[in-house]
Amino acid sequence: MKVLLRNPRREVEVAGNRRVKDVLRDLAILPETVLVIRGDDLITADQVVGDTDTIELRPVMSGGSERAPLP
Amino acid sequence: MKCRKCGSAAVLELRRHNAAFCAPDFLEFFRNQVREAIRKYRMFERDEPVLVAVSGGKDSLALWDVLIDEGYRTMGLYLDLGIFEYSVQSRARCEAFAAARNVPLLVRRVEDEVGAPVPIIKSVTRRPPCSGCGLSKRYLMNRVALDEGLPVVATGHNLDDEAATLFGSVMHWQVDALPRQSPALPSTHPKLVRRVKPLYRLSERETAAYAFLRKIDYIVEECPFAVGATSIAHKETLSRLEDASPGAKHNFLFGFLDKARPAFERAEAVTLNECARCGQVTTGTLCAFCKLADQVKRSV
Repeated sequence: MKVLLRNPRREVEVAGNRRVKDVLRDLAILPETVLVIRGDDLITADQVVGDTDTIELRPVMSGGSERAPLP
Repeated sequence: MKCRKCGSAAVLELRRHNAAFCAPDFLEFFRNQVREAIRKYRMFERDEPVLVAVSGGKDSLALWDVLIDEGYRTMGLYLDLGIFEYSVQSRARCEAFAAARNVPLLVRRVEDEVGAPVPIIKSVTRRPPCSGCGLSKRYLMNRVALDEGLPVVATGHNLDDEAATLFGSVMHWQVDALPRQSPALPSTHPKLVRRVKPLYRLSERETAAYAFLRKIDYIVEECPFAVGATSIAHKETLSRLEDASPGAKHNFLFGFLDKARPAFERAEAVTLNECARCGQVTTGTLCAFCKLADQVKRSV
């Protein structure tokens, strides 16, 4: 199966027919740090992805330093 | 995995709530969290116009989307930081969002206001890029709101942003920063508008899921200057804690807001003056924004 990663954008090939959570563990990605997208849908970590599937692991972390002093 | 509310197939698991939701029920959960934030902190009234600071990213566009849907009168503000292709792309996202929903969007260029874009400000000040950028944003958000007659600015800060900021403040025991960390900062001067964060109850994964499910075209690429930012390192640390102990971030932030923050509020109030140059609020004679603009002018 194909896995699309971002920042930087790249594609990796990993073994399929496994649960999403196992794929994430292999790639050392914490489940809380990504959305898992298959086609037009979000999928949960217990779902099995097939060998011919493509999933996107879209990172959700953003931001720089933010403080709130007076100007 | 089944939706907690309706039992159909879930699209998102929220471990900290020990729940999973289908798309419609997740969207309703999300809106309810925003409603609760606005209600609890009395962020704004139904008839108050709101300036929504938008960056083109998932959080601020998700916030704007919810507020429009809820029937609030909003105006977007996009600050063009001049960060190469990143700013070109993020501005385009905001303009497309506003045009599709027929809502007003103001655009201000940091270069026009400070004298140089963020990459130049970074090299002139020799400080982390987020420093001059954050200063410019806070100043311009407030000034634009005043100029436009809007009493409140809403930003897309989420639970992860707030937990990471709190973590940074506690790590360095910046006790003066702690009382200022709040989902809603009241106006304490006629020239300071209220600042509110209606997404503070929602994690950034939840805001990303909302944006995805609502088909909001947001910029996924990260700001090139955020790489290596301290706040990102703090977020990564907190994410590992969250993975080991779901709800850790929520408990850290909400525990602070409910139990600890009041203890830091007794610090003496600062005296607010008006900047001798621009008239905006400052604790000194000349505000930090005008000092930054002077520094840029001398160097460019």
